[in-house]
Amino acid sequence: MHEQYVTLATLAVVAVVLGGLILILNRILGPQKWTKSKLDTFETGNEPEGDARHRFSIRFYLVAILFILFDIEAVFLFPWAVVYREYIGAGLGLFMFMEMLVFVTILGLGLAYVWRKGALEWD
Amino acid sequence: MLLLIGLTLLKIVGIILVFVMVVATLMTWADRKQAALIQDRIGPNRANLGSVTAAGLIHILADALKTLFKEDFIPRDANKGLFGIAPFLAFVPAILAFAVVPVGDVWCPEGKIAVENFRDVCLAGEPQDYFRISGMAGGLLVIFAIVSLGVYGSSIGGWASNNKFALIGGVRVSAQMISYEVTMGLTLVGLLMIYGTVDLNEMVRAQGELLWGFLPKWGIVVQPLSFFLFFAAAIAETKRPPFDIPEAESELAAGYFVEYSAMRFALFTLSEYVASVLVAMMVTTLFLGGWQVPFLYGDGLHLPGVEGVIALPYALVKVLQVGSFCFKVIFLCWFQLQIRWTLPRFRYDQLMRLGWKVILPLSLANILVTGIVLLFAGK
Repeated sequence: MHEQYVTLATLAVVAVVLGGLILILNRILGPQKWTKSKLDTFETGNEPEGDARHRFSIRFYLVAILFILFDIEAVFLFPWAVVYREYIGAGLGLFMFMEMLVFVTILGLGLAYVWRKGALEWD
Repeated sequence: MLLLIGLTLLKIVGIILVFVMVVATLMTWADRKQAALIQDRIGPNRANLGSVTAAGLIHILADALKTLFKEDFIPRDANKGLFGIAPFLAFVPAILAFAVVPVGDVWCPEGKIAVENFRDVCLAGEPQDYFRISGMAGGLLVIFAIVSLGVYGSSIGGWASNNKFALIGGVRVSAQMISYEVTMGLTLVGLLMIYGTVDLNEMVRAQGELLWGFLPKWGIVVQPLSFFLFFAAAIAETKRPPFDIPEAESELAAGYFVEYSAMRFALFTLSEYVASVLVAMMVTTLFLGGWQVPFLYGDGLHLPGVEGVIALPYALVKVLQVGSFCFKVIFLCWFQLQIRWTLPRFRYDQLMRLGWKVILPLSLANILVTGIVLLFAGK
């Protein structure tokens, strides 16, 4: 079983080394003449006005909350989906379907609720 | 252990460096040629080696060399540590996700196989996983886990740059990617119900079955709606046009990587192209039969309506199957470019509306319908 983790870790190491090598090569080959205006923050050619470390209204924070809710519910559906056909074969199909129906209905009601509340409006 | 790592390195060279990277870099060229074709221009054709221009292919080499010789600097106000880590956080997950995608079926030692229930069964010895880097049983879950890490690279890069455009780009990235991640997961539940596994190779093997004796049971046949929803959500997940709101040139200069230069910038763009190849591979594996060639199994062609088997050597079958996988992936890569240059960019509210109000309810409905159909088909 742990063989599979070894292979995945090998690939991760290869990816990091590959990216690192490219950057090191770039450091060696590229010029290093840092000037004041070069190091300025880019603001379409203007003198930069302040920085980006302000309080910033993230209108999408609700999306993050909704993401957690719906993604976890998707995770709950995965194991159910994988064994669904086995249960049909064992004659328990209707029971399993009803279980899912209840779950998806709650999920759908949740979606309808946030929709009505205007959490999915962005204009 | 050393043998295992050696074999893995060989597979990484074969799958990642020879196939994925080459397709990804070719896409940078094909992307510009496709744009030129649609906008009635000639496109890149100047870079040359002597008198050879190879239809602009030399531009790939020129681009790589140019970025290597460009200056790599960090803006004064940027957060240095995070600024340096961000390209890796985008690049490594993009590469890592390929670990579980099967390019071909398991290899049976000495080619001793039998075909049972449309699947190759090894008669002698252990089946060898030569065409997949990691044989993790939870393949699809591993891909989801890794792909969702990609959001960190872009949003951290956007924040660390300390640039207003980059910050807005980074915020948009996180909102867009997590929205479409939800829908990506839910669109595939129907497929999981039909195949009953999350192991990608088992899913591809199941797609070798025939419906009504002649139609291959590919994902696109049994879950057509899910195919369109997943493909749309996956393209949105790669932040590629028409879903390229996070880096919309005309509003945000370049979005979250506006402050990045030279190879750090190249890592970001490369990981986007690599992500496009990943989307092509996932859609191929899940919906287009992966390495399957219709009616071709380990011992040869089983044509419908024809008695017996047109026998083919086992090695040739493997070559054909891997070739069919590569062909489908390259076709889907080209298809993404076609979409990219045909459709205009979505507005932000349109993008979010598509994800939450169209794809999400439709994928929930898809689960219900699939459940009902399977229930009656199972009786």
